[in-house]
Amino acid sequence: MNSPAFDLLMWARGPAFDIALTIFIGGIIIRVLEIVILGRKKDMAAPKGNPVAQGFKTIFSRSIPREGLVKFAPITYLGGYIFHLGFFVAFLFFAPHIALFTDAFGIKWPDAGRVIIESATALAVIALLALIYSRMTDPVRKALTTFDDYLVLILSGLPLITGYVAVNKLFGDGQMMIAIHILSVEALMIAFPFTKLMHAVTFVMSRYYNGTIQGRKGAES
Amino acid sequence: MANTPMLAEMMKTHGISRRAFMKYCASLTSLMALSPALAPRVAEALENAPRPSVIWLSFQECTGCTEAITRSHAPTIEDLIFNAVSLDYHHTLQAASGHAAEEAREHAMKQHYGKYILIVDGSIPIKDPGYSCIAGISNLDMLKETAAGAAAIVSVGTCAAYGGVGHADPNPTGAVAVSEIIKDKPIINVPGCPPIPVVMTGVLAHFLSFGIPELDELGRPKAFYGNSIHDRCYRRPFYDKGQFAEGFDDEGAREGWCLYKLGCKGPTTKSACATVKWNNGVSFPIEAGHPCLGCTEPDFWDNGGFYKPLSVPAGDYRDAGLAAVAGGAALGAASALLAKAGKTKAAQAHETVDAHDLEKSS
Ligand code: SF4
Ligand code: SF4
Repeated sequence: MNSPAFDLLMWARGPAFDIALTIFIGGIIIRVLEIVILGRKKDMAAPKGNPVAQGFKTIFSRSIPREGLVKFAPITYLGGYIFHLGFFVAFLFFAPHIALFTDAFGIKWPDAGRVIIESATALAVIALLALIYSRMTDPVRKALTTFDDYLVLILSGLPLITGYVAVNKLFGDGQMMIAIHILSVEALMIAFPFTKLMHAVTFVMSRYYNGTIQGRKGAES
Repeated sequence: MANTPMLAEMMKTHGISRRAFMKYCASLTSLMALSPALAPRVAEALENAPRPSVIWLSFQECTGCTEAITRSHAPTIEDLIFNAVSLDYHHTLQAASGHAAEEAREHAMKQHYGKYILIVDGSIPIKDPGYSCIAGISNLDMLKETAAGAAAIVSVGTCAAYGGVGHADPNPTGAVAVSEIIKDKPIINVPGCPPIPVVMTGVLAHFLSFGIPELDELGRPKAFYGNSIHDRCYRRPFYDKGQFAEGFDDEGAREGWCLYKLGCKGPTTKSACATVKWNNGVSFPIEAGHPCLGCTEPDFWDNGGFYKPLSVPAGDYRDAGLAAVAGGAALGAASALLAKAGKTKAAQAHETVDAHDLEKSS
């Protein structure tokens, strides 16, 4: 006798994970190499300022909003911050997730308890909903939004929601919900290299590049 | 069956007081998640039910299930439940052997046709039925023949319920569960490797007093298999606080912290271990410091490793990861070089145009 939930869980933990991991890692490497090898045209002009220093600085300084912008677009900024922080707290400090890193790389770090993980998850989901709402209602954002944007928002929200449901056994079969949670993460991994999710890797390169342009001109970035 | 002694008489001969019996019925009632008000009905049913004939067939098994039930802190009121039934055939426990034993089975079958309870432990090999025979009769034939006259079947242990260890990858004998072969009889699955003795007797008591209990989608009585170990585990507060044992002899293990990181399958396993416990309620594996293996679930032998945390991928994902690095590097470089070649070509094909040319062409 087979249990469909157990079989799905084992598929998600086995072959499906291998497939997702292969596409995830392979895809990221392909895209990064394409960008790096293609390169940019060499700028022969002597730089006025310090492009390298400005480049590195920009990688970090762009994480801090410009003055006045938080007030100008509060949902985008606050929602963005809360979502990213919440997502990473839940992702990186939930003990079962750390167990995965320990198994893969032999490294470990302290985990956070249920209260922190679940608050982070809930906040991230609320922030995500606010971001979707603002995209759907603000006429300018609406015009700028593509299918890709919604897809990415939904794909990054599903692991949070399914994880919360699985841990708290809100509904459904326990095994089935864990299987669905793992599969939702695998969907995110597969989409990662081919969507805007790639920004999690390429932001370093693009910020550095933008910073160097300013640096060349002798401007502060 | 008319002259088979009733339970009341059995109790007298066993020196069991009525009070002790009522207490047992009350605990059974609560175990089965029934209202306490039903305890007298359980008692009445057990007392007045004629002892049904039970035929116990053991196929590809390790005798762990039989061991568990017979070693259940005997003699207790639980083996009285076994005295309340007439165990007419159990080739490990009966004195007779060979053809004499088979005669006993055939006799019981004939006498109680359509009314006996069939208990099975062990899986059935179907790749070549000759892999496991009793008195020259293959397990497959014996099961089909005996099931035909049974009122109901109880598959005791994960082997009979879901195939168990015999069915584990690569399943050399083609082992299957009883439910894969018998489709026209009610089957109660009592999985576990082995199942908790009191659960086995509890299921029988339920069957005797109220008939077939309510079953889940895997054929298990909901009363005993309704909750996950994780939901009833006394170590759960440590899980929630994020305190885990990381080895069998580290500080966390000594402090009694959660065993998730040591591979505990409690979150995906439904069983009564955490509440009913083992050995007369003394303890259960997690209390003894060992993670749950998930033995009441189908295919638990193939769940990726007993000591691998549930969140860790079950396969050889490192190989996949390394292949992806190599493949990604090759493909990425190739595609980038292709793009670069395209760029150079475009640059070469680029014609410089000046104002005169433009004038000419216009
Ligand atoms: S379920 Fe476990 S204890 Fe029972 S027969 Fe199979 S291997 Fe043995
Ligand atoms: S020991 Fe196992 S069942 Fe108990 S809380 Fe930890 S993971 Fe859950």
